[in-house]
Amino acid sequence: MAELTEMTFSPQTEARFEKLLKSYPPGRQRSAMIPMLLYGQDEVGSVTDELIEEVAQRVGVTPLQVNEVLSYYSMLHRKPMGKYHVQICTNISCLLTGGDKLWERACEKLGIGHKEVSADGQISLEEVECIGACSWAPAIQVNYDFYHKVTPEQLDQLLNGLKKNV
Amino acid sequence: MYNEPSPLETRILSRRFGKPNSTSIDTYLADDGYKAFLKASRMKPEEIIEEVKISNLRGRGGAGFPTGMKWSFVPRTSPKPKYIVVNADESEPGTCKDRLLMEYDPHQLIEGCLIAGLSVDAHAGYIYIRGEYRYLIDIVDKALEEAYRKGWLGKNIQGTGFDFDLYTHTGAGAYECGEESALLESLEGKRGIPRIRPPFPAVVGAFQCPTILNNVETYCAVPAIIRDGGKAFADLGVPKAGGTKLTCLTGHINKPGVYELPLGFPVMKMIEEVGGGMRNGKKLKAFIPGGSSCPILTAAECEGATMDYDSMAQRKSMLGSGGVVVMDEDTCMVKVALRIIRFYAHESCGWCIPCREGTTWLRKLLTRFHQGQGTRSDIDLIGDVSRNMLGRTFCPLGDAASLPTTSIVEKFRQEFEDHLDGKPCPYEHVDHMVMA
Repeated sequence: MAELTEMTFSPQTEARFEKLLKSYPPGRQRSAMIPMLLYGQDEVGSVTDELIEEVAQRVGVTPLQVNEVLSYYSMLHRKPMGKYHVQICTNISCLLTGGDKLWERACEKLGIGHKEVSADGQISLEEVECIGACSWAPAIQVNYDFYHKVTPEQLDQLLNGLKKNV
Repeated sequence: MYNEPSPLETRILSRRFGKPNSTSIDTYLADDGYKAFLKASRMKPEEIIEEVKISNLRGRGGAGFPTGMKWSFVPRTSPKPKYIVVNADESEPGTCKDRLLMEYDPHQLIEGCLIAGLSVDAHAGYIYIRGEYRYLIDIVDKALEEAYRKGWLGKNIQGTGFDFDLYTHTGAGAYECGEESALLESLEGKRGIPRIRPPFPAVVGAFQCPTILNNVETYCAVPAIIRDGGKAFADLGVPKAGGTKLTCLTGHINKPGVYELPLGFPVMKMIEEVGGGMRNGKKLKAFIPGGSSCPILTAAECEGATMDYDSMAQRKSMLGSGGVVVMDEDTCMVKVALRIIRFYAHESCGWCIPCREGTTWLRKLLTRFHQGQGTRSDIDLIGDVSRNMLGRTFCPLGDAASLPTTSIVEKFRQEFEDHLDGKPCPYEHVDHMVMA
């Protein structure tokens, strides 16, 4: 058995976790697992072994049960992504407006590919499926922020800006 | 606002879009907000359901099932608790409307949930929002807090004696969780694998209890139906399909955007007048009526077609989710088929073999084909594999992958022939990029 962990989170995340654990019917605290993994990942940077143990303990399941669930969800990452996770949609509406070209351009400019992280760990790239911005295609998400009707020039500016922010 | 409204719209659900402070409860209350709930609280549950039936409202997530009938299947007198679940996992490619309903008018959604709760004696609900929409979770959470503070959620709401709690729940990236039974599994902290039905969620849904599960837009239509009467809503649309539909115009048109149009709106008028016509004066080649899982229509099939369930069914397609994709004459249909199937292969949960294997084989076949390495017999094989997925899976994802692929191979066979014998894609030089 794993040792009892004592992971702590920011007050906002702790408040979110506390609220989540009260949101489901009695005995159904497992429902909080996926939201807790995602909010936890936002703070820790990835779904670490420690986070798995912590969430398992708080919702009352085994780490194995957490493991088998998390591999299903594409937003949960076992390895850390960059500080800025650049997600480029190439699904149908974005494809028709040049999303695939944006994807190729970003790969070339950053010298990394799908789900890869820049050497300094600051920027990562992911070719994503539809992110629900189809009428304002092509669309990009950096972490949770949306960028709509992105032109190649705007993509260059965006990526340069992220590099400067590093 | 994301796009300029069109004068051809009938703005019922979107009437508060773009107004100052449209997310605040005070703005909502000053504009008829929560009046429908108070009216419904004085009605019998069966009267509420009857009004929804009269409205001819059909599920706006894609399947188009009559909403009032769905609600009537919930065993109201069951001793188990009942639940209201909102499908806000919007992820059907081409669809971006539920986002605006939550971003601009979260209280309309909350009111819809309250009325649904009254109709089946439910006292708790969950809004399952896709993980990528984090900013919407914050907006909806803030609206929920306001509603609690002002006594529109919680115990004995406005002295009606009705108790109702509503929560947001984030997804974490999975198209399949937009399928109702997979969503319920995910809500319980599991992998989003579909359940075998029957029993349907109305009887065994969230936490194994009777549940109403509808799309965001469906719930958002309910306040207007109760406030102005089901007939007024029905009269906006066509027989058997009442009201309006939030329609997401995407692809090669001049004014892409989300527009609220009455059901039965002519397709060509929508493209030409609402959408400002084809981009760069090009000709229409193909049209997806409601998300990438719908069979594709040719330009000829769009003539005389209207945006409603029956007109699309007559053309062997579907109204779907409202995600319209418009493709011009320079679009490579092999590439479109490949991109659509890549998506479904990525999203297949892997439980049913025809879907898991079928989407993967098709992805491989179409990739090879688009690279100019396809053979003539591959064309039939693509059609054959996709036809053999149809109706052979527990959830509609297999069908969603099969229908567009089958229709593209049947209707655009020549484009496949044009890729044969190592010929390069005839459309590879086309630059579809948005111009600054």
